Parts: sequence; C-alpha cells; structure tokens
Amino acid sequence: MSDAEYGRVNLDPRFAPPFPEAALHELRNPQLRKNVAHAIDVIQGKRGKLVAEKTDWQALREAASEIRTHVLENLGEYLEQFEERCTAAGGVVHWAADAAEARSLILDLLRQENAKEVIKIKTMTSAEIQLNPFLEANGIRAYETDLAEIILQLGEGEPSHIVVPALHVNRSQVREIFARRMGLKNLSDDPQELTNAARTYLRQKFLSIPTAISGANSLIAETGSVAVVESEGNGRMCLTLPRTLITLAGIEKVIPRFQDLEVILQLLARSATGERMNPYTSLWTGVAPGDGPQKFHVVLLDNGRSSILAKPKERQTLKCIRCAACMNACPVYRQTGGHAYGSIYPGPIGAILTPQLMNMEHAQSLPFASSLCGACYEVCPVKINIPEVLIELRAQVVNQERKQAKRIFDPLYIGLRIASFLFASAGRFHAAQWLGRNFARLFTRQDGWMHSLPSVGAKWTQTRDLRGLPSQNFHEWWAQRGKESK
Amino acid sequence: MRASLFITCYNDILFPETGRAVVRLLERLGVALEFNPRQTCCGQMHANSGFRREAFAQARRFVQIYRDTEFVVVPSSSCVAMIRDQYPGLFEELGNDALRKQFAALLPRVYELSEFLIDRLGVEDVGSCFPHRVAYHASCHGVRVLQLGERPYRLLAKVRGLELVPIPNAERCCGFGGTFSVKNAEVSSAMLAAKLQDVVSTRAEYCTALDNSCLMHLGGAMHREYVGMKTIHLAEILASTEADYERFPVEGTR
Repeated sequence: MSDAEYGRVNLDPRFAPPFPEAALHELRNPQLRKNVAHAIDVIQGKRGKLVAEKTDWQALREAASEIRTHVLENLGEYLEQFEERCTAAGGVVHWAADAAEARSLILDLLRQENAKEVIKIKTMTSAEIQLNPFLEANGIRAYETDLAEIILQLGEGEPSHIVVPALHVNRSQVREIFARRMGLKNLSDDPQELTNAARTYLRQKFLSIPTAISGANSLIAETGSVAVVESEGNGRMCLTLPRTLITLAGIEKVIPRFQDLEVILQLLARSATGERMNPYTSLWTGVAPGDGPQKFHVVLLDNGRSSILAKPKERQTLKCIRCAACMNACPVYRQTGGHAYGSIYPGPIGAILTPQLMNMEHAQSLPFASSLCGACYEVCPVKINIPEVLIELRAQVVNQERKQAKRIFDPLYIGLRIASFLFASAGRFHAAQWLGRNFARLFTRQDGWMHSLPSVGAKWTQTRDLRGLPSQNFHEWWAQRGKESK
Repeated sequence: MRASLFITCYNDILFPETGRAVVRLLERLGVALEFNPRQTCCGQMHANSGFRREAFAQARRFVQIYRDTEFVVVPSSSCVAMIRDQYPGLFEELGNDALRKQFAALLPRVYELSEFLIDRLGVEDVGSCFPHRVAYHASCHGVRVLQLGERPYRLLAKVRGLELVPIPNAERCCGFGGTFSVKNAEVSSAMLAAKLQDVVSTRAEYCTALDNSCLMHLGGAMHREYVGMKTIHLAEILASTEADYERFPVEGTR
C-alpha cells in the first residue's frame, strides 16, 4: 500500500508514465489485483441485482442523459442562474479559469479565516487541481475525512477509484496503516474496530477545525443549492459543523431543477455502490443564521472544461456524474486497477476525460487503454458513448503525431500505413498475401504454428501462438472453385 | 435469394475454412452466393487505431463495391459493427452526400451471419450435426453493438448432438481489441488469461464464436498453454451435417 511497498504512483498526468508501462507495474502486484477484482466483483454483483429490479432503468438512463445534455447545451445560462440564486441565499460564488486560479482563490479564502488546518470531504476536483500539496507548501494542513481518503492520506497512497478511492487496499492493509499511524498496536482487522479507530481520529478533527472544503455532486440552478451524497456521515459532519465551508465544483456539475435530482440520485447510488439510496444526501442553500456554516463559498472551476464543451463529439464527456460504473464494468480496469491511468480519474471515463483536461498535450496513451468492448457505455447511467470518444481521441493523437513527424519509424504505424496501401487495391492485397504467406513460413514450426515473431509480432507471441497461414486463402479457393465448376 | 459474401481481410488470409463453411451452409439453404474479388477490408483496424483518413478510404471502397448488391453477409460481427456503428460518422465527417445516400440505402442489406440466418432467411434449424461439447463466446461487438442477443444460442440449440455449456462471465471481453493486443500487450494478455480460465472451466471440446478475431486470440493462448480445447467459428459448426461429417472432417484448430 505505501509507496515503499510497491513503488511510486504518479497521478499527475503531466509526469505519469504511459499507460502500458504503468499498467505492467500494477499487473506485477498480485495482492493489488486480488483486492481490485474482489472489490469490483462485490460492487458489480450488488449493482446487477438493483438494476435488474428497476423496470424503468433504461427510461431513467435516457432521462438523465437528456438532462445532462440539455445542461451542457445551455451551461452558461444555468451557471449564471446558480450564481444568482446561491448569492441571494447568502453564498459567495467565485470563478476559476484554471487549477492555479482555483488554488490561489481557496488559499486566500483560508487565509481570511486564519486557517492553519482544514477538513475536507468528497472532492476529487481538489485532487485534480492538486490542492493538498499546495496548501501544505503554504502552511495549511488538510485533513481528509472520507474513510477511504483517510486510509490513503495516512498510508501515503493514492486513490485508485473515483467512488471507492482505497478500493485497492484490503482490510489487513488498513489495519497496518491505522496501527502504525494512529499508534494503536493492538488494533485487529475487525471492521468494527477499524471504523472505531477512524471515528476517534475524526471526531477530534471535526470538533476542533472550523474550516472545511467540500466537493459537490450537483449544483442546482433553480434553487442555488448544492448536493453531496455519501455513505459514512463524515461528509454531513464536514458540511454542518464548521464555521466556514468552501465548495469546489467543476462547472459541469450544474443541473437545472431541484426535481432533476430525483433522476440523478436514483441512477447514482445504484450505479456507484449498488445501493437503492446512498445513506447520506446533504443539500444546502447558501447560509442559514444559527444553522450550519455561517460563511459559504463556491469555487466554480473550468480548468479545460469549456474547451471540451466546444467540441460536439467530445462534449458528452462532461455529462459524467462520477458514479464509476464504467470502471467497475471495465475489463481493463479489473486487471490493472486505477493507478495505471496516471490520473485522479481512472478507468474508461478517465481515459477520455484526462487527456482532454490536459488539452491533449499529456496522457495521450490513455485513449488507447481500452479494447473498445463497450461495457462502459452499456452501464453508463447518463449514456456517455465512451468508445466513440475514445476512437475520436485516438484519431486526434495520431493526427498530432503525424504533424510532429513522431513515430514515423514505429513498426506498428509502418504496418498500418502499408496495410492501408494494400487494402486500396485487391491486386496489391492479393500479392501481399502471397508474399506474407512465404514470409510467415520462416516462422512456422513443425506443429504448423508460429511461436515467436519479430517486431510488433513479438508483442503477440509473448503470450499467444499464431496458427501458420493456410496454403490457400479464401479468394484463391473461390477462384479455383469457379474454374472447376465450369 | 442472392447474397454476396464479404469475407473480411483477416478471414481471407487466416481463416479460409470459415469462408468455405459459409458457402457450404448458405448454398445448402438455397442462397445463391456471390463473391466480389475486389473486396479487401472494412477499415476497422485503421479507424480504431486512430488512422481515420485510411479508414475513410476503406469505408468508401466498401460502399462502392457493394452498393448494387442485394444482401451482404459477413461472418464477423465486429466488422459489421464497424460498418453499422462507425461508417455513418465517417461519411458525415467526409461530407460526401452521394456516398452517404448510397450507404444509407446499402446499410439495411448488410447482415452478420446469424442475423442473416434468423432475421432474413427465418431459419434456426439449418440441418447441422456437431456431436461435441461446445462453449459459445459472446464477442463484445456482437453483444453490445449488434445486439445479437439470443440469435447464436437459438442456432446452436438446433444443432444435432451438440451440448452447449455456458462460459462464466460470458460477456467479459477476451482482451483482443485489435491493435490493443499489441499496443497494450501485457494488459491484453492479463484479460486473456482471465477469459481462458473461464472458458477452460467449461471443459468443452470446442469454443465457438461469431468472430474469428476473438477465437484467434483465445486459440493462440490455448495452443501456447497446451489447453486441450479447440476454437471453431460458428459457421463451421452450422455447416457440418450428419452426411458430410465424415467427408469433411472439422477443420477448426486455431
């Protein structure tokens, strides 16, 4: 779990290794793969049952998809409405164009409160802008209060999943971290004992730190309200106990009406954790005298989102409600876990979101980190056609590489260019088959199979054999058959 | 009824026995089968590898070759998925109206093999006999893009002597994914290992599918790992009859 135990994990897309390399590292960690597969099978099993009992599941998906599409097509309008209603209710709305602006905005707000410490809940977006190390460097200590985030923060690990961030950590590893970092030598791995340890640790933070940072599941334009859903109640503590609350949210989080939440919440809990309803749904509108935080700020973050919005095919990426159903269904994620994606957003949604947030300048290996099996699209509660976006982004990466004359000598790319030349003419295609067949003979063993191929082929034969090419291909057989029957 | 066989590039080169089986099967069912020797590839490999310009050219070529054909039958669900799912977007982007119209007229006449048998010919029992224990691998594009559903199972249920055994986690990808299998070879291999375990657990003699690409992937691992199981395209099972069972020994062994 700790970095020392299985190497450095880098979730900054600017510096993370390419997916195949990072994935290989994870594939060599049997404990991690066992933890990931087990956790995912549990979630998937629960999800499957709860989706099956919902007879209007497809209609719900369609409704959610339409709500999210409609929002994105009218985003400016709804954001302004949210700002107006939230301000009227006593909140303060701030706009941040990028990560740096959001970080310094939040730092300023914390300094106004003379905060040396801050508690945090349910904010992946703060990890996107790398808020914690920035605050630390500026003398403010951030304490995560989501159980999984505590495990990671204390164990100096990184999140590997967007709903279950410590999915890759098992119970005995949690025990080890808590025992070491909380000084509890006799702690057992009994879940009750572990949660008690976390509770004791957290209570003291909740009661002593008057400033909190949260994320948002939805921003409701109609009422200016913010919604956060969670399982533990630690979020509820974070959202109600402090004097000052700062909510950081991506601009795409807005929904038009309060009643739209009904659709989103039904899909979200079932898709994310396989529950009919998440245990805690917190909703608040601005500030209320004598009740909850008396100062409330919302930081609306763009950080590349508006440029995604501008592209019609890619726009659907922003429909995401962060349920993680795509990564739970993904056969690639099931093998590698989340760290291989080199981003706070792993899995299929991460594979399309991360490179776009990076303006296609980093994480270019991610759109290729999929077998295009379509399981993600099938389960997505807001019907994001992830394979379609993956293919679109692949084309963009290849176009970039062509412009920069990169990979001219990459054997796979040479192969694809040659294949394209051959496929343009049946004559060429047939001649090449004849050549290929004779070339393949060099590698075909006595059992009629190729066991070891050079170049790109070696990537195939590292784990699979390939049957030798038949002496007569189909079109030759057809031609011969035509002659014989005449 | 006349139909034209689009064999697909990799079946032409690597799996001609599947093509021969389709010919035997459809001719037995009274279809006048044609084969246009100008055909090459649907363009999926290029489209999915980011080579869109090249995919355009192949998509255009496909439409030009088949636009006057009564029906096109394709024994590869993933190539049909390419045509159905990706061609519209490609032609849209190309902005060629004439081509778009020709494609729109052609598309409803392009059939994956099991669709052609059940939806077009209206047969489930094709008179085949294959007395073996068989596991059916539901390939991703057949399940999720073409929504083949029960079709392959209905065909298999009518094969004499065949014992169908279900594969656990049937709809999980085998990890092939075209160039994914070499670009992300290690991850692909890990997915393959998991799939192989599920397939082997069926203790079937044959693993069948409507895509030779998945079968090439699975079969390659079976051969490497000395797993006593063979792969065979569904067309070859359907082509086998009691009468010619001995005359045409089953060829599938990839």
